[in-house]
Parts: sequence; C-alpha cells; structure tokens
Amino acid sequence: MKSCRHDKAAESVLDEVMNPHETSIQRDGTFEVYGTKLASRLLLGTAGYPSPAILSAAVNASAAAVVTVSLRRETAGGATGQKFFDLIQDLGVKVLPNTAGCRSARDAITTAQMAREVFGTDWIKLEVIANDDTLQPDVFGLVEAAGVLSRDGFKVFPYTTEDLSVAERLQRAGCSVIMPWGAPIGTGQGIAHRRSLESLRAYFPDVVLIIDAGIGAPSHAAEAMELGFDAVLLNTAVAKAVDPVGMAAAFAGAIAAGRLGFTAGLMPMRDMAVPSTPVAGTPFFDLDNDS
Amino acid sequence: MDGGHRDNPLNIILNGAPITTDVQSLAELVDQQRLAQLRIATAVNGRFVAETERARTSLQQGDRVEIVSPRQGG
Repeated sequence: MKSCRHDKAAESVLDEVMNPHETSIQRDGTFEVYGTKLASRLLLGTAGYPSPAILSAAVNASAAAVVTVSLRRETAGGATGQKFFDLIQDLGVKVLPNTAGCRSARDAITTAQMAREVFGTDWIKLEVIANDDTLQPDVFGLVEAAGVLSRDGFKVFPYTTEDLSVAERLQRAGCSVIMPWGAPIGTGQGIAHRRSLESLRAYFPDVVLIIDAGIGAPSHAAEAMELGFDAVLLNTAVAKAVDPVGMAAAFAGAIAAGRLGFTAGLMPMRDMAVPSTPVAGTPFFDLDNDS
Repeated sequence: MDGGHRDNPLNIILNGAPITTDVQSLAELVDQQRLAQLRIATAVNGRFVAETERARTSLQQGDRVEIVSPRQGG
C-alpha cells in the first residue's frame, strides 16, 4: 500500500501550508478562464497513473478544479472509454479535452469537434505537434487551428512555446488563455526559458497565462507561480512519482505558496550583498579600523 | 439513407485497420461494432460526423473511419 501510506502526512503538510494564510490563498486561489471561476490554480493530467483508484486519489489530493483528458480509438464492443468517462464524472471536476498527438491543424480541428460531442464541453487544450523528439508545438498549425476553432465557438487553451509573436497571433485568433511550455512534454526540466517567460508575462498582463508541460518538481511549479503565471498544468510529475497522491498534495502546496509569494511581492535581486542586521551600533566596529 | 445491407462487400479502414463489412451507413457501422450505446465520436475521411448525422452518412469504398472514446490525457 505504498500509494496510501503518505496520505495523512501529506494532508497535514498541505493543511499546514494552507491554513495560516487561508484568506489570502482563497482570494488568490480563484481565477477566471473564459468566464468560469476556478477554485484552484493547478490543472492536472489524468494519464499514466498506476491505477484508476490512484488517479482519483491524486486528483482529490491535488484539489485541482480541472483535469485534462483525451480521445483514442475504441475497439468493437469496448467500454474502456465509457468507464473512464464515468470515473472522471465522479470526480466532480471540470474537464479539458486535449488534441494530443495531432500533427496538423486539420486533425486537431476534427479531434476538437469530436471531443466537444463526447465530453460536452467547448473547452479544448489545443496541441499541434511539430516534432517527435521535442514534442514542440507546430506554431503555424496551432494559430491556424486556434482561429478556426474560436470562430466555431470553442474556448481554446493553446499549448505553445514562449515565443511572444506567436502568443500575439493566438490572442488575435481569439484565445483568452495562452499556455506556454515550461520545457518539452514529459522532460521534467522545469522552467527552461525563464527570461522569455518573464517577458511574456510582462507583455500580457491581462491574459491568462498557464505554464503547461515540463514541470518536474513542486519547486518548478512554485517558480512559475512566483513569476506571476496564473496557473500550472502538469501530469507526468504526479503520475510517475513514487507516490502520486503525495506528490499531488505537494504540488497543491507549492502552487499555493508560489502564488502567495507572488502576491506578497518578491524582494528585488541585487548583485552585491547587503547586511540584513543593522550596521549601526555594531560592537568593535570602528570606521578608521575596519580590518 | 435506408438501413439494410449492400450487395457488394465494403472495404474500409476502421481505426487504422482494413475491414470488410456489409453496412451502408456510419450509424450501421457503429451499431455493428456494438458501440451505439456508448460515449463515442466519429469522423470519416478526416471530417467530424456528429451523432445526428451518422444515419445520413453513407460509407463508400476506401473510406477511412475513426471511432473514438474518452481516454486519459495530459
């Protein structure tokens, strides 16, 4: 029962993080996407968990308000999809279907249309993949598909790079949410291009920016939140942890802490040291004898 | 289109694999695959076909049909 032994400990750690600043965290824990208020700044993927039971427990431990899902081919007489759908329904969270694996705008558009019918939502996490090794977004196909889907009434969550000009085109295509990668999908490298992401945040102060992919550790998620990003979307770091439920709780705490750090205002960095203890009145200190 | 079976077998690609069938419409194919009562979506030759359009969508030789259902995703 490796997956369950931590539950109490993880929950108490999370409570410890959350409770002292409950009011602030509740205030900052809520944000809005396409007119929908979300109570958590963590969006959690549902793939790769050791079992459906651990997936459910991890979603609950993460307190995520949104989970990502996908579509795959169904076999004759197969009820795999229906069972998974029922499981997700029982979690009581909002569903964000993806177009994972699509390599053209056309495939992504058709997949989005199928997802809208199956999941009963006009939300779509739009992925158009350009390269098998990096799973880098095909930003040209992405912008094209985002425009078509936005005009068709979809609320598009595009998975993109940190490129500012692409983000501008996505916004013009109708996206109110933009999801730049932290690092390539599944790598766990964290925030690979911090300066570019800082620029993106500064350039789009009013656009919902969600760091999607590449997050490997709770500290990466906290860093994203400290940079002022609105939320974090991750999957593998939780699903492939030794203890996914404990890791889900760890991410919930890190994201809450990172957001609180951002809203509290981080001190500016300096090049040189500055003493924190007052210099005035230091014993044995003499201006003409500082050796 | 009317239900029923065609005179000549229909060779199509279903979910990436070739099959031979005697159905005429997409709705009949979904039924034959025992998926009609389940939560699925369909596409023919890369185009989405809504549930309400399946009965009116006749299948042609060589059509590429996709039938998908919910799965885990990141």
